[in-house]
Amino acid sequence: MSIIATIARRPAGLIGLIGVGGFVLLAFVVPFFVPLRNTVDIGSIYVTPSLAHPLGTDFQGRDVLNQIVYGGRDILTIAFLAALFSTAIAVTFGSIAATRGGTVDTIVLAITDIVLTVPHLIVLIVVAAIFRPQGFLLLAVLLASLQWAGLLRQVRAQVLSLKEREYVEAARSLDLGLFHVIFREMLPNMASYVAIHFIFAMTGAVYAQVGLIVLGLVPMTGANWGVMLQLALSQGAIYFSDSFWYILSPILAIALFQLSLVALASGLEDVFNPRLRAG
Amino acid sequence: MDPRRYLGSAWRHPVLRAVLKAALTILVATAITFVLIRLLPGNPVDLRIDELTRDGSMTYEQAREQVSAIYPIDLNDPIPLQFLGYLWNVLRGDLGTSYLSTTASVTSIILAVLPWTLFAVGTGLLLSFVAGIGLGLLAAYHRGSFFDQAVSTIGSIVSSVPNYLIAILIVLIFGVQLEILPITQMRGATSPGIHPGFTLEFVGDVLFHAALPILVFFLTHIGHWILSMRNATLATLEEDYVVAARARGLRESRITTAYVGRNAALPLVTQLAIATGFIVGGAVLIEQVFLYQGIGLRLLRAVAQRDYPVMQGILLLVTISVVVANLAADLLYSKLDPRIGRTS
Repeated sequence: MSIIATIARRPAGLIGLIGVGGFVLLAFVVPFFVPLRNTVDIGSIYVTPSLAHPLGTDFQGRDVLNQIVYGGRDILTIAFLAALFSTAIAVTFGSIAATRGGTVDTIVLAITDIVLTVPHLIVLIVVAAIFRPQGFLLLAVLLASLQWAGLLRQVRAQVLSLKEREYVEAARSLDLGLFHVIFREMLPNMASYVAIHFIFAMTGAVYAQVGLIVLGLVPMTGANWGVMLQLALSQGAIYFSDSFWYILSPILAIALFQLSLVALASGLEDVFNPRLRAG
Repeated sequence: MDPRRYLGSAWRHPVLRAVLKAALTILVATAITFVLIRLLPGNPVDLRIDELTRDGSMTYEQAREQVSAIYPIDLNDPIPLQFLGYLWNVLRGDLGTSYLSTTASVTSIILAVLPWTLFAVGTGLLLSFVAGIGLGLLAAYHRGSFFDQAVSTIGSIVSSVPNYLIAILIVLIFGVQLEILPITQMRGATSPGIHPGFTLEFVGDVLFHAALPILVFFLTHIGHWILSMRNATLATLEEDYVVAARARGLRESRITTAYVGRNAALPLVTQLAIATGFIVGGAVLIEQVFLYQGIGLRLLRAVAQRDYPVMQGILLLVTISVVVANLAADLLYSKLDPRIGRTS
């Protein structure tokens, strides 16, 4: 596809594509070829990296690399779902607010302003503490419920200017319906904002969800980069010099994934905003 | 005068409108807090009454009375009246008392930890702002140079890695592996047994304990300031008045400070005002990693102890501080930028 080729032309975009693609492969494809090795081995606790354990072992002698391979799937899935939900909310209600105007617009904007104001992590902590969200669909919805506001304002502003264009007027006079006008006529013209926001929504969802997991507020089971960190922090392993590789591995995985997303977003910006491309 | 016209003209006045909007947002925030503690299924008020009556040691009325005292709500009133009562108590600064001790008011608990957070995050934020403005300006002036690329790249890397991971990395590398930093001694907000006061010893101790949180808050924000200032400067350098100033033969140093720097930094000042509102909210995870006794760590303790009144008090405080900071930013901007009229 030509758009991928254009993104790959700039170093940031290329790094982003390789990074995000690599993490998707690691989290969703590699587990099919690498067997899960989660048996406790008291004999090899906190082994330093070797050929058998390239990233060493954890406090129960389990292979760290194996946990990194299996621990990304939930984080990536939740981040993707949260970004998907928040983008859907923003595009739908932003467009409706702009095309309907009047009271609908006022109400949507007032709610948006309030959601933009509240500090998300604090709200998430209090809500998670009171209602204990279980299962990752619920967590994704919770994350998305605070994330849509920024994009909604952009979409609304964009639709306000687009709705005066001739092709939109034509579609409306043909009575093609609000749904058609928003999703078939206007959305393609906002693709750049939406795509870039989608990526930043994913970085935000990773930040918040790993934060909540590290604080022990969302019960997660199975291999998970966040749970690895939470165990290390809650057991004080962080102050134990043998555990260096065990703690460093999930940190690097999360940090590199975030950096890949940001690089991909900046690559997309170059494509959609040619004025920056010259610079 | 017709009240609707009166309200309408108040709404059109930008300062009044900003103040009204801020008041409305705080009202909504209080309402949401009230719904959380009172109306949603599994709310802490009913939960507490349930807990107190379960083992039969207390009658339902006794339990209600105790819970009424913990939350500043009179449970005998109908719900709308309860809300008004709660609102009135919040306005008076009465946020109830802690679950664990009915003599410890939520307000006093918050006031005991708030200064530490304000100090650590505020210092980090201000330092990052000053450094970021300088570096961003320099980077824009040397656009495309090695310095520009290095500063921009480092800036975007530190701002995309979650700040709590940076904090853990600092503990891991400098504290545990290299043993440069005495991590365990640096925990807390002060050393045990030290007397507060304006002595050199006390101030030094406070700085010693706050150093790492300040460093992390500095790193959290600096990337944003560098990148914003760089972009704002690049845009300002193209402005006609800068070209005109050059044509008039003004000294380059004067153009940089009075013409370019000042105008480019203008929108960033507003962003700084907005960021001050997030001081309290941004501190939770960092305070947890360094065990720094600020409001974030206190919130987590309340969460672990299921101390809902304290949790909700902190939530309310955080929201109000953000709203007030936003209001200040609005007013500041119209004051700093004469192009934005006070009355439209």
